Amino acid sequence: MKTNKYVLWGMAKSTLIHVFLMGVALTCLFPIFWMVRCAFMTNETVFVDKAFIPHHLNFGNFAIAWTKGNFGVYFLNSIIYTVCVVGGIVLVSSLAAFSFSRLKFPGKNIIFYLFVAAMMIPLPGSFVALFVLMNKLHLINTRFGYILCMINVGLSMSILLLKTFFDKMPHDLEDAARIDGCSKIGIWWHVALPLARPAIAVIVIFNSLNVWNEYILATLLLGDSQLMPLQRGLMVFQGANSTDYPVLMAGLTMAAIPIIMVYLTMQKHIIKGLSLGEVAG
Amino acid sequence: MRKLKWPYTLTVSRRCQWIALCSCLILVFFVGCSQSPRPSNKIILWHWMTDCNDTFLKLAQQYKQETGIEVVVRLFAPSDSYSQMIIAAAQAHVLPDIYGILNTKAIVADFIKAGLVADLTDDMNANGGAWANSLFDKALADKRFEQGNIYGVKGGIYGVPIDVTNEQMLYNKKLLAKAGITSPPRTYDEFIKDAQALNRVGIAPFVSGWGELWLIDCFASNYAFNIMGDDKIFSTYYGQTKYTDPDWIKVFSVFADLRDKGVLIDGIVTKGNKYAEQDFALERAAFAFNGSWCVNVYHDMNPNLDYGVMPPPAIGRAYPLKIWGGAGSSFVVNANSPNKDKAIAFLKWLTERKQQVILARETNKLPSNKEALKEALLAGSPVLGEFSKGMNQSTHPTIWPVNEDPLVTQAFDKGIQAIIIGDKTPQQVAEDVQNLKDRQMARGN
Amino acid sequence: MNSKAKAAAIYKDNLQNFFFVLPAFVIFCIFYIYPFLNMIFLSFHEWKGIGLMHFIGLQNYKELIGDNLWWDSMVHAGYITLIALTFQNALAFALALACDRQIRMKRFYCMVFFIPPVLSEVVVGLIWNWILNPEMQAGQHIGLLNHLLFSSGLPQMVHNWLGDPKTALTTIAIVHSWKGFGWGFIMLLAGLQTIDKQLYEAAKIDGAGAWQTFINVTIPMMLPVILVVMILTILGSMQVFVLILSMVNEGLVNHTDVPVTRILSSMTGTDRFGYACAEAVIFGMILVCVSFMMKKLSDRVKQI
Repeated sequence: MKTNKYVLWGMAKSTLIHVFLMGVALTCLFPIFWMVRCAFMTNETVFVDKAFIPHHLNFGNFAIAWTKGNFGVYFLNSIIYTVCVVGGIVLVSSLAAFSFSRLKFPGKNIIFYLFVAAMMIPLPGSFVALFVLMNKLHLINTRFGYILCMINVGLSMSILLLKTFFDKMPHDLEDAARIDGCSKIGIWWHVALPLARPAIAVIVIFNSLNVWNEYILATLLLGDSQLMPLQRGLMVFQGANSTDYPVLMAGLTMAAIPIIMVYLTMQKHIIKGLSLGEVAG
Repeated sequence: MRKLKWPYTLTVSRRCQWIALCSCLILVFFVGCSQSPRPSNKIILWHWMTDCNDTFLKLAQQYKQETGIEVVVRLFAPSDSYSQMIIAAAQAHVLPDIYGILNTKAIVADFIKAGLVADLTDDMNANGGAWANSLFDKALADKRFEQGNIYGVKGGIYGVPIDVTNEQMLYNKKLLAKAGITSPPRTYDEFIKDAQALNRVGIAPFVSGWGELWLIDCFASNYAFNIMGDDKIFSTYYGQTKYTDPDWIKVFSVFADLRDKGVLIDGIVTKGNKYAEQDFALERAAFAFNGSWCVNVYHDMNPNLDYGVMPPPAIGRAYPLKIWGGAGSSFVVNANSPNKDKAIAFLKWLTERKQQVILARETNKLPSNKEALKEALLAGSPVLGEFSKGMNQSTHPTIWPVNEDPLVTQAFDKGIQAIIIGDKTPQQVAEDVQNLKDRQMARGN
Repeated sequence: MNSKAKAAAIYKDNLQNFFFVLPAFVIFCIFYIYPFLNMIFLSFHEWKGIGLMHFIGLQNYKELIGDNLWWDSMVHAGYITLIALTFQNALAFALALACDRQIRMKRFYCMVFFIPPVLSEVVVGLIWNWILNPEMQAGQHIGLLNHLLFSSGLPQMVHNWLGDPKTALTTIAIVHSWKGFGWGFIMLLAGLQTIDKQLYEAAKIDGAGAWQTFINVTIPMMLPVILVVMILTILGSMQVFVLILSMVNEGLVNHTDVPVTRILSSMTGTDRFGYACAEAVIFGMILVCVSFMMKKLSDRVKQI
C-alpha cells in the first residue's frame, strides 16, 4: 500500500513538472512557429489569413530573401565577423582574466574594476567620438575596425565571467604544472583553458549572439555593402514605410538557424566540460 | 626542461590553426585598410530612403552611361541612424559629396555656418532661373533661407528637393458606406458625427501613428492654424503669446474632444506609423492621418483598398486650416567637396523631368519637378492626384520665420499624448508647456 | 646585490604579468576609455551636434537633478529590474531545478528555453505587438491575448495592456523577463550540475526531505552563480531600451521611459548632446554604486 502511494505521488510530481516545462516551452516555441508561418505567406495574406497553418503555402519567399537580400555575401560576412570576434574575445579575455585571477602586478585591481565598470556605463552618446577616432585610424569601413570594436563590446563581461571561474579553479593543478616547468602561458593554455570550458562555452554563445544580431554599429561603421553583416541586410526589407513581412520573416528564419546551431554545439561543451572537469575534493 | 617559447609547445595542427587565423586577420587588415585616392569622376551620395534605393542605383547606372561619371549610392537606414552618421561624419570631416540633413532648420543653418553646405543660389538662378522655376516653389522653400532670417545665414537656396509630400486625412470609402456615410465630412462637427456612426457599427473611426511625436505635432499644427492663424502661432514661438492663451487651450481641447467622442482607435499613443498604416490598409479603421508616401505602402498591403484623400476637416472659418507639405526629401552638396560642380550637375539631372517621372512611377511619390507631376499623375494612382491638390493650402515648419525650441515642442506633443490617455487636462498641459517655455526663454534659447 | 636582482626579477615578473592584460587593455582604452572621456568632457558643454560647444560647467547636472522625468525613468527601470530579479530568475531557477534531474527531453527543453534570447528584437517586438493588440475588427479581438481571454470566459479581463499607464510597464517587464530567462536558465543549470552528487546522497542518508535538501545543500552551493546571475540581470534590465522602442514606439507618454530612452531622446529628439552625456554619466555612476553594493553583499554572504 505504501509503495503504491509513493509511486503515485512520484508520477503526479513528474507529470506536474512536465506540464510546467511544456507550458513554458510552448510560449518559447510560439515565436518560431509564427515566424516560419509568416515566411510561407504573401504580403497580402500575412495579416488576413488567421488559420494556424496557412491555406496557401508560398515557398518563394526564402529564395527572394536570399537573392534580393544578397544573403550570400552578408551570410559570409556575418560568419567572418562572428568567428573573428568570438575567437578574439576568448583569446584576449582569457589571457586578461587569467592574469587578474592568478598573477600579480601593480594596478591589477584598478584595471579590473575599470573593466567591470565599463559594463555599467552605457555609451549611447559615444558614437560620434568613436567615429572620429576610427576615421583617424583609417579603420572606418574596414572589417578589422568593426571586428576590433565588437571585441571591445564583449570584453568586459567575458573578463568578469572568466575571472570568477578562474578564481574557483583549484591551485593544486596549477602548482603541479608549474613544478613540471610550465611557463605562465603554458599554465594558461594547458591548465586554465581546459578547466574553464563551460565558462568559455557560455562566453562563445553570448558573444556569438551579440555579433550575429548586431546591426547598429554595423550600420554606422560599415558603409560598403560588401562588408555588411546579415542583420544589416535584413534591414533592407524594412523599408522606411513599407515592410515586406513574409520576406523579412523568411530572412529572419534563415538568420536564426546558424546561431541556434552554435548554441546546440556549445551546450554539449557546457555539460561535457562540467562533468569531466570535476576535480575530486 | 628547456623553456620553449609558447608557439612551439603546441601541436602541429593547432599551430596551423593559429597561423591561419593570424594570416586571415592580417589579410583582412590590409584589404580593409587600403584606401585608394578618390578619382575625380566619382561622386558619393548618402541617403536614408530604403524604398528609393533600387531606383537610385538604377538612375546612377543610367547617369554613368550618359556622362561617364560614377555615382556611389550608400544607404543608411533608419533615418535616426542616418542623422547620427551625418553628425559624426561632419565631426570627422568625411561628409560625402551629396547628403541630406534631416534635422530642424536651425541645425541646417548650423551646417551652413560651419561651411559644410554649398550655396546653390547661383546655379538655381542661372539662365533666368531655369532650374529654380522647374521645381515647385514650396519644395524649394525647404532649404531656402530668406534675407534677414533669424539664423544669421546668408539668404539663398542651399538644397535640392527630390520629391514632394504632404500629410492629409484619408478615408476608406467602403467602411464609410457600411456606416451609411455617403460623402466624406467637410467640417469638424460632421467628422464627429461620422465617427459616432462608425462606432455604432463597430468600426474604429480614426487611426494615426501618434506614437511618433512629429505626427501629433503636425495634426495639432493644422488645427492651430485653423483656430488662431499664422501671426498668433509665430508670436507664441517668439515668446510673446502664452500657451495658456484660450486659443491654445482650444487646440489642446480638440484632442480631449476626440478622446471623449470615441474617435481615436485604442492604443493610438503607442502606435508607430508603420502599424497605423497596417491598420488602415487592412481596413480596421475608416479614417487615417498620414503622408503621401502611404500610397505605395497601402498598395503593397492591399491593392484593392478603396480610399480617398482630404485635409483634416476644419473647425470654424476664422482662419484657413493649413496642412503640412513641402519637400519630402532634399539633398545638399558638400561645400568642401572637390567634386562640387559634378555633384550639382548630378542633382540637376536628377530633378529633370525624365528622371523625376521614373522616380515618381517607381516609388509612388510626388515629384518635385512641375512638368513631371502631370505626366506622373497620368500613369500613377489617382489617389496621388488627390494628394497633390492639397499643396495649395500647405505650409511647413521649414518655411516659418521662427521655430519653437525642440524641448518645448517635445513637451507640447507629450502633453497632447497625456490628454489622449486621460492623464492631464488641456489646462494642465498648457501650464506645463508654458512653464517650460518660460524656463527656456530665460536661458536665452 | 641580492635585493637589486630580486627587485629586477619582480619588475620583470610584473611586466610579464601585465602583458597578459595588454591586448585587452589596449583595445579597451581605444574603444571605451577615449569615447568615455569624450563623453565626460561633453557633459560639461552644451552642443547641438554641429557648431560650437559652449562650456556651461555643471549646469547640465544641476538641470538633471531637478528633472522629474529622468528620476521617474530611473524608477521605471528599477521596477523592470525588480520584476526581472524575482519573476525571471525564479522562473529560470525553477526550470533549472526541474531540468536537473535525468528526465527525458532534457536536451529539447534546453534548446527551446534558449529561443527567446536568440530572437532578434525585431521579431520579439512584432510578435508581442500582435499578441497585445487592443483593437477589434468586425467584432473580433485582433490581439491574441484579448482573443484568448474573451473566448475562455474572461471578458472582463480584456484590456489595453500596453495603452494603460497602470499595466504598460508591468507588461513590458514581463515580456523582458520572457526574453531573458533563457540566460539565467543555462547559467543556473550549469551551476546545479557542478554540485557534487555525493552531497545530495549524504543529505538523503541524514534523512533530509526535499525542502531541507534544497535549503541546506542546493542554495549554499549555488550562491556564487546566483549572485553572478543577479548582477547580470540588474545590469541588463537597467539598460533595456530596444524592447521598449519596438513595443510602445517612443513610449506611453512618459510612463514607460527608462534612462536609456531618455538619453536617446535628449540626443536625437531635442539635439542636446551635452545633456545626454550628463545623463549617461549619472546613470553609469548609479549603476556602479549598485554593483558595488551587490559585491559587498556577496562578500558578506560568502562569509556565512
